[in-house]
Amino acid sequence: MAQILTLKRRTVSTGGLSELVRSHGLTGLVRPASAHVLRSDGVGERILPVLPELRGLFPAGGLRRGSTVAVALRGPGPFGATSVLLALLAAASAAGSWCAVVGMPSLGLVAAAELGIALERLALVPDPGPEWPSVVAALLDGIDVVVAAPPGPVPATLASRLAARARQRGSVLVGYGQWTGADLVLETAGGGWSGLDQGRGRLSRRALVVSRHGRGAAARPREATVWIPRDPATPPVESAPLLEATA
Amino acid sequence: MTRMMVVWCPDWPVAAAGLIEGVSVHEPVAVLAANRVVACSPAAQVEGVRRGLRKREAQSRCPRLVVLEHDEARDARAFEPVVAAVEELAPGVEVVRPGACALAARGPSRYFGSEAAAAERIVEHIAQACVVEAQIGVADGVFAAGLAARTGRLVEPGGTPAFLDGIDIAALDRPELVDLLRRLGVGTLGGFAALPAADVLGRFGLDAALAHRLAAGRDERPLAARRPPPDLDVGQTFDEPLDRVDAAAFAARQLAERLHERLAGHGLACTRLGIAAVTEHGAELYRTWRHDGLLTAAGIADRVRWQLDGWLARSRAACRSGYQPALVSRAACRSGYQPALVSRAACRSGYQPALVSERRPGAIVRLRLYPDGVVEYAGFQLRLWGDAGEERDRAHRALTRVQGMLGPDAVVTAALVGGRDPGDRIRLVPWGDERPEPAREPWPGQLPEPAPASVPREPLPVDVFDETGAPLGVTARLAVTGTPAGLVFAGPPGRRAAAVVEQITGWAGPWPVDERWWAPDEVSRRVRFQVCLADGRALLLTLESGLWSATGVYD
Repeated sequence: MAQILTLKRRTVSTGGLSELVRSHGLTGLVRPASAHVLRSDGVGERILPVLPELRGLFPAGGLRRGSTVAVALRGPGPFGATSVLLALLAAASAAGSWCAVVGMPSLGLVAAAELGIALERLALVPDPGPEWPSVVAALLDGIDVVVAAPPGPVPATLASRLAARARQRGSVLVGYGQWTGADLVLETAGGGWSGLDQGRGRLSRRALVVSRHGRGAAARPREATVWIPRDPATPPVESAPLLEATA
Repeated sequence: MTRMMVVWCPDWPVAAAGLIEGVSVHEPVAVLAANRVVACSPAAQVEGVRRGLRKREAQSRCPRLVVLEHDEARDARAFEPVVAAVEELAPGVEVVRPGACALAARGPSRYFGSEAAAAERIVEHIAQACVVEAQIGVADGVFAAGLAARTGRLVEPGGTPAFLDGIDIAALDRPELVDLLRRLGVGTLGGFAALPAADVLGRFGLDAALAHRLAAGRDERPLAARRPPPDLDVGQTFDEPLDRVDAAAFAARQLAERLHERLAGHGLACTRLGIAAVTEHGAELYRTWRHDGLLTAAGIADRVRWQLDGWLARSRAACRSGYQPALVSRAACRSGYQPALVSRAACRSGYQPALVSERRPGAIVRLRLYPDGVVEYAGFQLRLWGDAGEERDRAHRALTRVQGMLGPDAVVTAALVGGRDPGDRIRLVPWGDERPEPAREPWPGQLPEPAPASVPREPLPVDVFDETGAPLGVTARLAVTGTPAGLVFAGPPGRRAAAVVEQITGWAGPWPVDERWWAPDEVSRRVRFQVCLADGRALLLTLESGLWSATGVYD
């Protein structure tokens, strides 16, 4: 009788490959094929992800490439604009996009890191000087999200020129401060800190309320709440399921 | 096969240290890199110090050994006058590495009568001009001539393969390949040359195939040289003339990246590099560097940086001592052998010059790189900044463009390092520099998360009052002198009366920090408070030496 050689099939535990990829920090390098197809909630390559809490504020479900977003310094709430800006960048940076901030020497970078922004993909130009429009234009060529914090009000022609360049290059331009002509404007709508008592405790958390208004589909005002620090159980980006090895 | 002459200065790192640092080379001196000896002076060799020894071992063999760190830039800077001296007698000198330079043997040998006479003349001239000992070797090809220079031998024409036959394989200077070949049983260059060329290429790769040709004594024309497209060179004109070494290093890095990208775009790699510069006085400087392997992007950047360093150092030295160095124009090199512009020292020795230049090279205004000896190489090329991703490349190009506009320090990236306050935990490094490792040690006294979203560069001065209106303080026992009730942002002194008093609704502290008590000018004793104001804002306050300031705004 012929000896039948049976090849024993080794079962690879489900999640083994994804564990391997994740443990070596390769997440994001190896992108599954489904990333190139628009998923059901509309997030794909033309749209950069935002935090799940903020998704409702964006008509496209995320930051559309080529669009211009403005973060106003004052809104219904008196403070919190910097946190709104960091919350806006958090998900896109954590998912692998490059970000640059021009003209904000006092940005709190530890807070940025805590929200999930990858510091190795964040470039800063703290003092651009009077040539800041050309610096922003040069950065729009290569960086996915460029934040421009001009020292004063921006003339409408300059704002529209930079917005056109962003649209042409497929980058997102975020104007921090008095910016005219943006597709979407985010404002702080309050949200105080809790945790401090008279001589005891420490600042523990705040509910940052973000409101939006803008043009077109974003004309209707809406609000969303982001808790800072975020709940560690919900990641900033919902990672796409990696290729799972099955037995 | 062209007859090449190689000028080799033995133990060049030691000689360079002697020329630049002023260390006496008659004493036992050793130059170390990564804790191992790379070069030692003859006095040290007599006592038993050899290359490759550890520092401790070398010092135990010779207790009065003078030990120096290896600095490639110093070697290159010190070698520049030697190359200039050789160029006074023969144009078309190519630098192989600091300590060795190569030139075609035909011109000088015809001019001075014979190869031996030319060698003697060059050695004498170098000794007179630079007080440096040199040896010359002549053979067919630069690699063999370099090996011949170790013993000062003039290999007869056609005798190069026989000369290379018995030499140990470590002369290839490729540690991994040499190790592998030794383990395979190939111990000499002759043995390596006996292997079939196609098999070497297939098994060991392109670099080893080039080494195989060198070991066989065949010419260095690269394997698959094709006529390069005409616009392979890259250049840059500087608005501010370069006269500082760090600006030169930055320019070198940028140009090297551009050249490497352009070559890679055509699927090429180069083995020789021509560096041309124009100074503000209009003088043209030119130097060729050759490498017996493929030049990576980092290799190109290093060589350009060393060469600029050498030229700038020469310019500075010339300004200081009034010595007028010789200048060679590229036109003279190209049109054939002509005695070029020479120095005063040569005039004194009776040599009749064609032209004596009055000018000194000044700061550099234009720089151009010419790749030569290109090889078709579409393999994975090591980039300057590690792994490349397409988005990273685009971002990198945009950021270096902004650096070109505003200066290298204008574009920074942040790295988390150890510290206690939000301002201390971030270090800003210019784009392109190495990022520091993230700190993993615990830092007692570090403020817990969440961190303030806005950290002003200069802390904002404030005044804090308790409920009676008196300024608030903290005793030495860390007890607050009252309950914080009001806060004023101190503006300019004239406007203080109109400042608004903010109410404090919640506060916590004092959290003390006593840092660097061992360094009197860096000592920092301060306490931190977190306060919450009536309109919902939150601040991080610091009290140091009786002065309050807001070091963070929880915006």
